[in-house]
Amino acid sequence: MRWRRLTRNRLSFGALCVILAVTLTSLLAPWVAPYDPDNPDAEATLASVSMRHPLGTDVYGRDQLSRVIHAGRIDLLVALCATAIALTLGSALGAGAGYRGGWVDQLVMRSVDAIMAFPAFILAMAITAALGNSIANVVAAIAITHVPIYTRLIRGEMLRVRETEYAEAARTVGNRPHQIVLYHLLPNCVPPLVVQATLAMGFAILTVAALSFIGLGIHPPQSEWGQMTAEGAGYVVSGEWWLVLFPGFAIMLTVLAFNLVGDTLRDLLDPRMRGVR
Amino acid sequence: MTDLLEVRDLTVHFDTEAGLVEAVDGVTFNVRSGEILGVVGESGSGKSVTALALLRLIRPPGRIVQGAVRFEGTDLVGLSEDEMRAVRGTRIAMVFQSPRTALNPVLTVGRQISRLFELHQGASRAEGRTRTIGMLKLVGISEPERRARQYAHQLSGGMCQRVMIAMALATSPRLLLADEPTTGLDVSIAAQILELLRDLGRRTGASILLITHDLGVVAEVCDRVAVMHAGQIVEVGAVRAIFARPLHPYTQALVRSIPRIDRDVTMEPIPGMVPSLLAPPPGCRYADRCPRVLDVCRRDRPAPRAAAPDQEVACHAAEVEDAPARG
Amino acid sequence: MGFGRYVLQRLLLVIPTLFGVTLIAFTLTYLLPGNPALVKAGALATPEHVAEIERRMGLDRPVPVQYWRYVTGLLRGDLGESSSTGRPVLEDFRQRIPATLELTLASLIVAVAIGIPFGVLSAVHRDTVLDHLSRLLGVGGVAMPSFWTGLLLLYVFFYLLGVAPAPLGRIAADVTPPTRILGLYVVDALLTANGTALVSSLHHLMLPALTLGFAVMAPLTRMVRATMLEILESDYVTAAWAAGLPRRRVIYGDALRNALIPVITLLGVIFGFLMAGNVVVEMVFAWPGLGHYAVTSLMTKDPGPIQSFVLFVAVMYVLVNLGVDLLYGLADPRIRLR
Repeated sequence: MRWRRLTRNRLSFGALCVILAVTLTSLLAPWVAPYDPDNPDAEATLASVSMRHPLGTDVYGRDQLSRVIHAGRIDLLVALCATAIALTLGSALGAGAGYRGGWVDQLVMRSVDAIMAFPAFILAMAITAALGNSIANVVAAIAITHVPIYTRLIRGEMLRVRETEYAEAARTVGNRPHQIVLYHLLPNCVPPLVVQATLAMGFAILTVAALSFIGLGIHPPQSEWGQMTAEGAGYVVSGEWWLVLFPGFAIMLTVLAFNLVGDTLRDLLDPRMRGVR
Repeated sequence: MTDLLEVRDLTVHFDTEAGLVEAVDGVTFNVRSGEILGVVGESGSGKSVTALALLRLIRPPGRIVQGAVRFEGTDLVGLSEDEMRAVRGTRIAMVFQSPRTALNPVLTVGRQISRLFELHQGASRAEGRTRTIGMLKLVGISEPERRARQYAHQLSGGMCQRVMIAMALATSPRLLLADEPTTGLDVSIAAQILELLRDLGRRTGASILLITHDLGVVAEVCDRVAVMHAGQIVEVGAVRAIFARPLHPYTQALVRSIPRIDRDVTMEPIPGMVPSLLAPPPGCRYADRCPRVLDVCRRDRPAPRAAAPDQEVACHAAEVEDAPARG
Repeated sequence: MGFGRYVLQRLLLVIPTLFGVTLIAFTLTYLLPGNPALVKAGALATPEHVAEIERRMGLDRPVPVQYWRYVTGLLRGDLGESSSTGRPVLEDFRQRIPATLELTLASLIVAVAIGIPFGVLSAVHRDTVLDHLSRLLGVGGVAMPSFWTGLLLLYVFFYLLGVAPAPLGRIAADVTPPTRILGLYVVDALLTANGTALVSSLHHLMLPALTLGFAVMAPLTRMVRATMLEILESDYVTAAWAAGLPRRRVIYGDALRNALIPVITLLGVIFGFLMAGNVVVEMVFAWPGLGHYAVTSLMTKDPGPIQSFVLFVAVMYVLVNLGVDLLYGLADPRIRLR
């Protein structure tokens, strides 16, 4: 038991380090990357892993390591923006619905239900296709599909707070119910919001990658992990494994890190969910 | 009367994240054929763990550290898992605290009983069904045919407990462990259930180990009683003797805390809390709550001493007239 | 009577959801910048020509009228036309649904056959090597993009070991597909006793199904493990042990039977995963199903099929979730017999 707790913490600490490392290398990409990601090396096209090109090169001779490092910027940025927008918008809608009640609540919650009636990835795909094929629209699409998470969370929390004893107590002292709800809402909502946002980051990265894998959002020569994997896909059957392995591994590692940190945060911050996993 | 069950020095530990919990510590008692032995104590005193340990149903992180459980002449602690399984349900059965959660929600109650006939007595499905109806009738369930086809959530709490008892007695065990069988039931229903247990015990000749936190229940149905405190048995004896002359300060406090109509004395709650079982102190575990604590109490664990022909107490301060200490 | 009301309640809840779904699909198709008239008219069309097409398509009418026409069209099976295949989308769909269905079912079988036993064993042998392995696969499985898993499997089993076929569809090029009965090659081949087609279609189904099955296995294993752990601690399982029931019977009878009830609720989520995974996995293995069709039309800037695909998936998703609710009610006597 103690051993498990220890490994769990060590694991999440490692995951946190991964997130920091990926963020840092993305921020400092121009300085960290050994080559210009778009610069071809004519002498080494489709070169395998070597000292010169640690992750090999692609069909134009572009350095894979540099491209993977630069690609991370897009993945993180899109996921971060989408999560931030969804968090803000979703919380506002949830708070509004819980605060006003009545038809506002009905309207918001039925819209949320309609969004949730689609599998998230499929809806994101449709929205991007409808809005036009650009990175900004990928952000919008992912944000829209993530809004329900926060709306439901905040609204549920508001209704719960309303029923609690301290709200009852505050009411008897003469505070207005709305004040009470808002006053007690924040401290109660921040922990689950942090947990959900962390887990949503992982899912958002997977979605960006899958969307650009099928050709949505990213336009070459810009690179993104999913799109890099797509470019390498054709070479797998002829044995150029490094083109697929590394960008995909970057996705997995980053998503895994966000999920592990999210799970640990849930255990630490959200006692109601403790022990569920 | 001969002993059906002899428990010697039973010790159960739980290796939790917070540390080692000594939930049951050197418990020694016996159950005679055909008697009802009450085990009484506050919650957390190790009563339920003791019962589960008798059936060897302690799950990790808990384990039986030492002790012997001699039942009908064999030591259950030494049996293989398969041999132990043959004892469970057929020789020793158990009735649980919350009947509703102790019944499987997706099986009809009838099926839960009849499968025991099929499993333990090789009955056919039809035969099992007939005997199940008979069993339900025996425990006083009206319309047994209809009830057998129902699920636990469709029955009242009292009815669920009757089903549990039917299940436990289905294959006529020699020993029935009843863990707080009346918790959560109405007073009148609880009385009926206790009456039923006592009656069935008498009719089948099975012994009953009745776990309860209520001395009133003990007074009503038990022949003898073991008082448990913080994982240890502090006093054992005939119910009449213990009520007439409780020797252990804890038993005395328990007896005083029974609400009584015939005496105009205010009920006295027992001071202090059950001590932590995480690394408990070496001496008597009641020392911190005891009004008659001596120096020796904090140093040495008191051994059980015979105090009367049918009464034993583990206390340094208790006034025991005649008997020598027993090891 | 309790259950009848439950069913009715669920059925009534589907109506507003379907309304919302069609509204969103309609918005995506007609109201957003990618004006279908513009697309249809082509880049060189004169404004008059565009206006003419708009009028013919009814795009100049009030929005509610457009929506009404859209929904009634859907009910008649009018999903529009695909400009790349030049055929009604509905017809293209009919042709491709069996491929997607076959892959989805096979993946589900893989996920259930591996995921559930793994979850049970992981719970029963808690904190052993097996448990750690299953949990590792659990967290890893949800973090691995399925296109990547598919490509890695291809590299190992096609390129390195040579035991898998090239990722080029459902059956080898030199094998005639079995006579169409259901459209599922494996089933059709079995029904017509066509050994060659059976072997070849199973051979081609192997890697895609494994890829997609692996993607949905993780949540399944996690949930089975969590509910099993909870149930193994429950009073009625302790009571089953105390009644001397054999180990297998307690674990696979009493406990698993109860653990599978909450797992039913996961089937909806899994279906969503499968549909999303289908799109990507069909691309990797050139599997001629709906996802492949949708993405191909995406590349040729043909929005009709994508929107219809999304609507189709959403409606299926709503129906699957309805089925899940009803199944849940049937499986749990506490709901069935209120």
